[in-house]
Amino acid sequence: MNTENIKSSFGVNERGYYGQFGGSFIPEMLYPNVEELRERYLEIIYSPEFQQEYHQLLRDYVGRPTPLYPAKRLSEEFGAQIFLKREDLCHTGAHKVNNTVGQILLAKRLGKHKIIAETGAGQHGVATATVCALMGLECIVYMGSHDMERQKPNVERMRILGAEVRPATSGSQTLKDATNEAMRHWINNPQETHYIIGSVVGPHPYPDMVARLQAIISEEIRWQLKEKTGSELPTHVVACVGGGSNAAGAFYHYLDEPQVKLVAVEAAGKGVSSGQSAATTALGKPGVLHGSQTLLMQTEDGQVVEPYSISAGLDYPGIGPMHAHLFHSKRAQFIAITDADAMDAGIHLARKEGIIPAVESAHALAALKELPLQPSDVVVVNLSGRGDKDLETYIRWGGY
Amino acid sequence: MPVTAIQNRLDTLFQEKAENILNVYFTAGYPSLNDTLPVLKALEKGGADIIEIGLPYSDPVADGPTIQASNQKALDAGMTMKLLFEQLKDLRNEVSVPVVLMGYFNPVLQFGVERFCQKCAEVGIDGLILPDLPMYEYREFYKPIFQQYGLHNIFLISPQTSEARVREIDENSSGFIYMVSSASITGAKKGITEEQIRYFERINAMNLHNPRLIGFGISDRESFQLASRYAKGAIIGSAFINLLTGSQNLEHDIIQFVKSIKENNK
Ligand SMILES: Cc1ncc(COP(=O)(O)O)c(C=O)c1O
Repeated sequence: MNTENIKSSFGVNERGYYGQFGGSFIPEMLYPNVEELRERYLEIIYSPEFQQEYHQLLRDYVGRPTPLYPAKRLSEEFGAQIFLKREDLCHTGAHKVNNTVGQILLAKRLGKHKIIAETGAGQHGVATATVCALMGLECIVYMGSHDMERQKPNVERMRILGAEVRPATSGSQTLKDATNEAMRHWINNPQETHYIIGSVVGPHPYPDMVARLQAIISEEIRWQLKEKTGSELPTHVVACVGGGSNAAGAFYHYLDEPQVKLVAVEAAGKGVSSGQSAATTALGKPGVLHGSQTLLMQTEDGQVVEPYSISAGLDYPGIGPMHAHLFHSKRAQFIAITDADAMDAGIHLARKEGIIPAVESAHALAALKELPLQPSDVVVVNLSGRGDKDLETYIRWGGY
Repeated sequence: MPVTAIQNRLDTLFQEKAENILNVYFTAGYPSLNDTLPVLKALEKGGADIIEIGLPYSDPVADGPTIQASNQKALDAGMTMKLLFEQLKDLRNEVSVPVVLMGYFNPVLQFGVERFCQKCAEVGIDGLILPDLPMYEYREFYKPIFQQYGLHNIFLISPQTSEARVREIDENSSGFIYMVSSASITGAKKGITEEQIRYFERINAMNLHNPRLIGFGISDRESFQLASRYAKGAIIGSAFINLLTGSQNLEHDIIQFVKSIKENNK
């Protein structure tokens, strides 16, 4: 499939906008780097050599295609055909590596030999540290000091892989602050460094670039579903949204298939109106953060609000501009799932199908209960990651 | 070829004073919530030529730890946009030097860009520095509003800014151009290197329409004087915030600080 030529009404325009969302709101000090990326990303990504190397690494290193698993017992329970897209089986344990493999190849072609990244749950940090080890590039990962506490195993994984993990100690000490620190680092070191953003956020072209690198997920779903059901089109695609990269990848090749319902699942935390939530579409207003205009949780005065979720990967006060547009245009349905419902759904999947999902992905699973499903429905849930990193969270939660 | 017909205190200053222009930055509501106006007054008394008031923001990505901390402290104390405009209500009875506001775009967007510009005009602000407002959005959506309210829009350039883009920025700026001295966030580097001087000279040779002030890493008399050789003057931020942080006697310390920078200058 030639992803380059897809001209979707849900795609980005040449200015970096999805409808009213997107753009490139960055200080001048970042402009040359971001502009270089903007000028070159499509040409590089769709060059035959890049494609060849990218797909070869996805196959031989990441382990793609990931299975599209027909979840029999879940299907019986919900009275619909339910498939799990097993991104949890990717090398390093989540979809994040699809993006980092692509961006590391891009960085090499831009002549950059130092890599920085931000990370929340640590999955993107691990995926970045991994490809840096693979390519022999220097790697610094910024991580909120609060997240370093709750995702300790991932911190050590990054260190074993040879990356330096730098704590972000400002603000809520989570993903937003790690992103601020990474941006500051890039301002201070513009020349040799490439910043691998881990989700479909940031200034244009990042949201579009990351979406294209994650689009492999729905590219595979289409042919896998055809093999299994005779049609490339499910009735629903369900994915959790932190910044929105796994959802962008799972939705990508269905954006212009209006009969396919796109379901984006946000973290309600302790409840949408509890004051401890990360449900951006429910609580946010249009605003600018980390280089793009999007929906943003903020005070009346435009100060960014600290989000909360039990899941470090969903604990972000914004969403990617593409998702803001999918919400605004009603192309996607947004559902908010509480900590409790997500944890139950995670444990439930373990018991029913023998798969312990990442707490982020458990939010997507919990949304199944919220959908009015019929026996003819074919639902693909993007299982974005595995639960190994969340063992401590599961243990503390109990209930199993 | 000036891009606008705006004529305000900034223009008068640059017409009347050719060199050693000192612009001092501080964060609104810092060190204490109600210090905004007293700090402004003391800065003018000490001899600052331009005063830049920072609008505190939760996520100041272009700022180093010193200014980040001052932003956070001001926000924790209850600083808001509305309160700032109240504090500045009598600005022009008290202070006559040009005053510019520097801030990130989101709080301005939430306040309403037009309402913000109107308030700025009402209290007597002369220009705006919004580092994350891109040139495209400014031209497309906001330029007429800024102009209607007589506000200069001051863009940044950095050592990495290409010559073509410096020209484009020059065409779209008015008031002055904020020349970031090195590839860095605020407060990160000290002193001025040979490489920076080559950059200053390169830009000097371009004969831009707009005057330039050099900022970031200017902290004392020595760096101020050196920078002023290559531009109309320079901007001091983090070093001044550090002074405010430790001060027991604001007015006295501010006046001493500004005087120490300007000593031996005309
Ligand atoms: C397993 C998993 N799923 C989802 C996410 C959320 O990110 P995104 O919304 O970009 O897919 C993360 C982020 O860390 C993650 O680790």
